Amino acid sequence: MASILTSASFARSMRSAWRIRLAHFGASGWVGLAIVAFWALAAMFGPALLSRSGAAGGGAVFAPISAAHWLGTDYLGRDILARVIEGARYTVGVAFLATLLASGVGTVLALLAAASNRWIDGGLSRTLDTLTAIPSKMFALIMVAGFGSSIPMLVMTAAIIYMPGAYRFARALAVNVNALDYVTVARTRGEGKLYVMLREILPNIAGPMLADLGLRFVYIVLLLAALSFLGLGVQPPAADWGSLVRENIGALADAGASVIVPSAAIASLTIAVNLVIDNLPGGVARERGVR
Amino acid sequence: MNRIILLLLARRIALALLSLLAVSVVVFAITAVLPGDAAQEQLGQEATPEALAALRAQMGLDVPAPQRYVRWLGGLVRGNLGVSSATQLPVTELIGSRLPNSLLLAAVTALFSVPIALSLGIAAAVWRGSWFDRAASTAAVAVVSVPEFLVATLGVLIFAVQLRWLPALSYVSDVDSLGQLLQAFAMPGLTLCCVIVAQMMRMSRAAVIDQLEAPYIEMVRLKGASPLRTVLAHALPNAVGPIANAVALSLSYLLGGVIIVETIFNYPGIAKLMVDGVSQRDMPLVQACAMLFCTAYLILVTAADVCGIVANPRLRHR
Repeated sequence: MASILTSASFARSMRSAWRIRLAHFGASGWVGLAIVAFWALAAMFGPALLSRSGAAGGGAVFAPISAAHWLGTDYLGRDILARVIEGARYTVGVAFLATLLASGVGTVLALLAAASNRWIDGGLSRTLDTLTAIPSKMFALIMVAGFGSSIPMLVMTAAIIYMPGAYRFARALAVNVNALDYVTVARTRGEGKLYVMLREILPNIAGPMLADLGLRFVYIVLLLAALSFLGLGVQPPAADWGSLVRENIGALADAGASVIVPSAAIASLTIAVNLVIDNLPGGVARERGVR
Repeated sequence: MNRIILLLLARRIALALLSLLAVSVVVFAITAVLPGDAAQEQLGQEATPEALAALRAQMGLDVPAPQRYVRWLGGLVRGNLGVSSATQLPVTELIGSRLPNSLLLAAVTALFSVPIALSLGIAAAVWRGSWFDRAASTAAVAVVSVPEFLVATLGVLIFAVQLRWLPALSYVSDVDSLGQLLQAFAMPGLTLCCVIVAQMMRMSRAAVIDQLEAPYIEMVRLKGASPLRTVLAHALPNAVGPIANAVALSLSYLLGGVIIVETIFNYPGIAKLMVDGVSQRDMPLVQACAMLFCTAYLILVTAADVCGIVANPRLRHR
C-alpha cells in the first residue's frame, strides 16, 4: 500500500492522522496531562523553590492552615507543603524509574521471545508466569523481608514485580506483528534477529506499550504508597506521600490537612494518569486487568 | 461432565500445583538464600570464625541451599512451619491463633460484596450508557485507582469522625452479641467491600456486555422478547461462566486489600502478623505467611479458570 502513496501524500496522511488523534484527546485528558506535568515539575524543581526545607521543625504540632504554613504542619511541626513537595521526588521519581525499568526490560525480553525460536520463547514465558503467581503486595513484602527497603531496592522490587505483566502484554503484541508479511519479507531479505526486533517489530508495538507504561506507573505508585504506608517503604527521615499519611494518621480524628493533603496528592496523580490513558487513541490497555 | 472437561480440569489443577512448587522456590530463594548469611548478620562484623561456624551449624546454614530447601519444603508439607525467630513460638501456633479472624473478615466481606457487586454490574451492563451506568463506572474507576488506605481513611473520616456511628478501631476479642460483631467488622469490612465491589462490578459488567453484544441477543430482540426476558433467560445463563470467573478473580484482590486494612484498623489477623514479621525480619514467619497467601491466591485463580471451563456449554456437548 505504501508504494502507491507518494512521499508527500504519505506525509499529509500522517499529519491528518495526528490531528484526528489530538481531536480525540478530550478536555479530561488535558486536565490529567496538566496534573501529571505539575507533579513532574514539582518533583524536579519544587524543592529548590521552597523557602523552607521540609526537615525544619519547631513550629506548632498539627497547626492549621495559615499564612506561614500554607497547608499546616505535621506531627513534628514541619511544614506540610514542603514535605509533600519533597515527597513528590520519592513518589514520582521512584515509581517512574521502576516503571521505565519494568516496561523496558519487559519489552526487550518480549521482542527477544517473539523473534526467537520456540524454546527461548517458552522458557521465558514459563519463568515469568511463575512470578505472576505471587500477588503483588505479597511479593513486595517478601522482597522487603529479604533485602530491606533502601531506595535502589524499592526500585528493583517494583520493577521485578511489574515486569512480567509488561512482558506478557508486549509479547502478545509482538507475536501478532511477527506473523505479518513485512516481517517475513525482512527475514527473507536476510536481516538479522536484532534488526527484526528493533526496526520491524518495536515501532509497531510502541503505541500500546506507552499506554501500558502509564497504567503500570499507576500500579507502581499505589504499591509503593501502600508499602510506605505500612512503614516498609521509604524510610524516615525521607518520606514519600505514603509515609506522610502514615506519620500523620494521628490527625485523622480532627480531619487535619496533614493527613488529607498527601492522600489527595496520591489520588490526584493516579486519577490524572488514568484520565490521560483513557483519552489515548484506540482505548488500548483499558479493561485488561493488569496485575 | 465428560472426558474432555475432566481432562482440562486435571491439567489446570496440575498446572496450579506446579506453580505452587515454583512459587515456593521463589519465596525460599528471596528469603533464605539470596540475602546472604543470616548468621553473619546476626553476629555482626566482629564475630570470630568459630562463633560464626557454631551459629551456622545451629541454624542449619552449613548445608547447601538445595538441601535446605528440600528440608524446608518437607516441613511445610507436614505442617511443621518452624519456630518464629522474634517470639520463639512455633509459627503454626501464631498462625493458628490469627487465621480464624482473617477468614471471618474475608467471609463477611464476600457475603456482602458479591450480591451487591453482581446486581450493580448486571444493572450497569443492561442500562449501558445511562446516567446510572456512568455514575457507577466512574465511581468504580475512582475507587480502583486510589490506594486502599485512602478508602479506609475516608471511611473513618465519614463514619467514625463525622457521623460517630462506628468505632475507628476494631477489637475482635470481646464479641458477645450480633450488634458488637457488626460494630467490630464494620470499618474493615466496609473498606474491603468498597474495593472488592468496584473490581467485581467492572468485571461482571464487562462479562454481561460481552454477551449482550452477541448476535443471538439481537435475534432474541427481533423475535420480540421483553428486555427483562432477554437478560434473565437468554444473556445471563451464558454469562454465568465469565461472571463466576470475575467473582473468583475479584476475591483474590481481598488478599492484597486485607494487608492494608488489617494494619490500618489494627485488626488481629494473619496479614497484620505477616507485616509485623517483615518489619522484624522474622523469616520463618514471613515464609509461612507468604506460602499461605500464595496458596489462597492460586486456589482462587484456579477456581476462576475451573468455573470458566465447567460453564462453557461448547465443551459440555462435544
